[in-house]
Amino acid sequence: MTAYDSVLTVRDLSVAYTVGRNSLEVLRGVDLELGRGEVLAVVGESGSGKTTTAQAVTGLLAANGRVTGGTVHLGDTDITGWSDRRMRAVRGARIGWIPQDPVTSLNPVKRIGDTVAEALLIHRWKDAAARSRRVIDLLERVGIPEPARRARQFPHELSGGMRQRVLIAAAIALEPELLIADEATSALDVTVQRTILDLIDDLRRENGTSVLMITHDLAVAADRADRLLVLKDGRVREAGATDALLAAPSDDYTRRLLADAPSLGDVTVRTVPDAARTAPPVLEIAGLVKEFPVGRGEVFRAVDDVSLRIAPGTTHAIVGESGSGKTTTARIVLGFTAPDAGTVRLSGTDITGLGREEMRVQRRRVQMVYQNPFASLDPRQTVEQIVAEPLRNFRLGAAPARRARAAELVEQVALPSSVLGRRPSELSGGQRQRVAIARALVLDPELVVLDEAVSALDVTVQAQLLELLQRLQDERGVSYLFISHDLAVVRRISHEVSVMRRGRIVEQGPVSDVFDSPADAYTRSLLDAIPGRRPHGRATPTAPAERTTP
Amino acid sequence: MRYVLGRVAQAALVLLIAFTAAFVLLQAMPGDAIMIKFQNPELGLSPEQIARIRESYGADVPLVAQYGHTLLGFLGGDFGYSVVSGTPVSRLIADALPNTLVLALSGFVLAVVVAVALAVTATLSRFAWLGTALRALPSLFVSVPVFWLGIMLVQLFSFQLGLVSVINPGPIEGLILPVLTLAVPISAPLAQILLRSFDEIGAQPFVAVVRARGAGAGWVLGRNVLRNALLPTLTMAGLLFGELIGGAVVTETVFGRAGIGRITEQAVSQQDTPVLQAVVLLSALVFVVINLVVDLLYPVLDPRLRSTVRGRKAVSA
Repeated sequence: MTAYDSVLTVRDLSVAYTVGRNSLEVLRGVDLELGRGEVLAVVGESGSGKTTTAQAVTGLLAANGRVTGGTVHLGDTDITGWSDRRMRAVRGARIGWIPQDPVTSLNPVKRIGDTVAEALLIHRWKDAAARSRRVIDLLERVGIPEPARRARQFPHELSGGMRQRVLIAAAIALEPELLIADEATSALDVTVQRTILDLIDDLRRENGTSVLMITHDLAVAADRADRLLVLKDGRVREAGATDALLAAPSDDYTRRLLADAPSLGDVTVRTVPDAARTAPPVLEIAGLVKEFPVGRGEVFRAVDDVSLRIAPGTTHAIVGESGSGKTTTARIVLGFTAPDAGTVRLSGTDITGLGREEMRVQRRRVQMVYQNPFASLDPRQTVEQIVAEPLRNFRLGAAPARRARAAELVEQVALPSSVLGRRPSELSGGQRQRVAIARALVLDPELVVLDEAVSALDVTVQAQLLELLQRLQDERGVSYLFISHDLAVVRRISHEVSVMRRGRIVEQGPVSDVFDSPADAYTRSLLDAIPGRRPHGRATPTAPAERTTP
Repeated sequence: MRYVLGRVAQAALVLLIAFTAAFVLLQAMPGDAIMIKFQNPELGLSPEQIARIRESYGADVPLVAQYGHTLLGFLGGDFGYSVVSGTPVSRLIADALPNTLVLALSGFVLAVVVAVALAVTATLSRFAWLGTALRALPSLFVSVPVFWLGIMLVQLFSFQLGLVSVINPGPIEGLILPVLTLAVPISAPLAQILLRSFDEIGAQPFVAVVRARGAGAGWVLGRNVLRNALLPTLTMAGLLFGELIGGAVVTETVFGRAGIGRITEQAVSQQDTPVLQAVVLLSALVFVVINLVVDLLYPVLDPRLRSTVRGRKAVSA
């Protein structure tokens, strides 16, 4: 061991999962070192082994996983191969864990205070009175207003950001020397994400805690980590100080990740061609209002006086945080929800107040791609059946013609024709989303509504899909209504953008105007919160000699 | 409070429907008890005499009037008289009820204890084989019919091993086998649903977070999973109470115990309509009350349901 004050040292760590009779190697000789008070980000796409690394360190591998080689040191303690019983004394006390999804990571029937106190109770920390004082202190520390009242509440009474603060409070209760943040901010809106990352930064500075950050988001890692470690297929591709690595990546894979990261790579902003600007719009929404009753005669205005128009062959994005009304607007455009006021015109036809059958006919002209590529495809149908289903629903063409059309579309979304006979479970997330796009385009619609259609995908897959969407638009002249919370993605794909907040559009215009010179304070705060935008000039503590795996 | 009143009103409506359905069905049956009893040629009664007897039972008035009369009687606590024995139905039931209550309650408590013990042991067991074996048990016992189980238990414990006597047993001794018979088919589905809930909730992300705080398997189960698993189990327990009523009929018949089940069985074979009407209503009442209690317990167990009870919360888009 060097003089370097290391909190976590992993050497040549290998992990395998048993699947059926086969042993699947997930980590193949991972080395990492994390110094006191340092932030190390482990970056990689899904399946790269980054979460497995964190699980192996805490001894919480899935039941079919086992460490097949290598060592793990926590400070000077060799915890390699420790039994579950011995690891229990370490978990919570010396290693704190901040999970990914604040919605499902809290016990729904346990009070906030009891959750925060749980680690204290497990490790028999002092007496009940001292524990409840500590809980209030912790909640206050993580920035939860009225901590005494919040401690008595249940998780569902708190917002996502607040819940993540509670989970952080619970993780730091025993002042562990190592905090593992497993995609801790991936499920949060950008502005909330920023405050949570700031909080973790503060805690690290105050207590000298080391942070092992697991993330797929290179931009977040670039902003917050002292050092980066790029993982692919269970191997370390590249590791080093953040600034040096970003400035001059030595590995091809790292370079590709950097180019694909929406907020880090170079973007050519798209502008609406003059011909399209003067043409009659494909979609024209005017004065849209939608209210939901909240009991006792009160109403919640989800959509408040929203107006926008989309020129043919262009993309209009609606950005906003969760609850801003962007999905409700999309549902009204699709005719799933009736507005309380306002009009929706599709190429001049007002679709509000249409009857059931008239609406069904209109659906040929508007199609949709959903967020979740796993839930939006019927698992029992083959890809061919899925893509041809809209044709069947509208009784278009005979069966052979429908099959030919499905094959044509599958080719256009750049999938091999061999997928036609497969079922969704045999495809990757990116492939499924391509199938969903093919299904949306099979009827030759004028408008496709894409609701967070690329949010669930890895950056590289995301970049490929955005390219595909652009190409299809250029070839077919289809228009997109692109719903997203991710401003960096929106900047890449859209011609025009509407920023929504609490049901209202606070700013609207060409992407270049809105992003480069935002007029509204909220738009500015959203843009500032995008990770990957801060100058990379952080002081790096005395780091060990960097190793680069070729 | 409005929620509670609403549920009570619903319960009352269910009871009225059950009463009406029972009345219609019992009237629709071919033949009736009066005919069976008095048309017997050995009694030598003339048709006029039989008609007079029918009149005295109120069997000659139109059905709608009979329905109104019976309903008013039930509301006032008058359940009429048994056609077969002539005793008031209320007294028949009052005599039989304590016996059945003791049997049903002990059976239910035993079922719950067995189900919880089995599910917890199967989940926490260090030995994989034990867990697997215990997990297989409930599905086996779900498919065992009550009457067969009762007969097998008597055969084994009384006749072969001679451990428990079934002929003139003491009050406690006489309960052992019937309670066992009743408990097994109820505890099996309870254990199944508990096991499934344990597995489902154990796979939730928050359980992994609790383990990351240093909790052992016992802590995770006892302090985090159990309460979440109670909700589906409670629903099942409410539904299984119906099983209990049906089970009591068979059990009491097999073991020759006096009780509601016995009365029901006799009343069915003799077409004793007033008794059946009362028994049906009693079962419906028990069923409705149990499920009402279950419904009212939900918000107590799950804080998320409290807000829905008070009025739907804001749904953001």
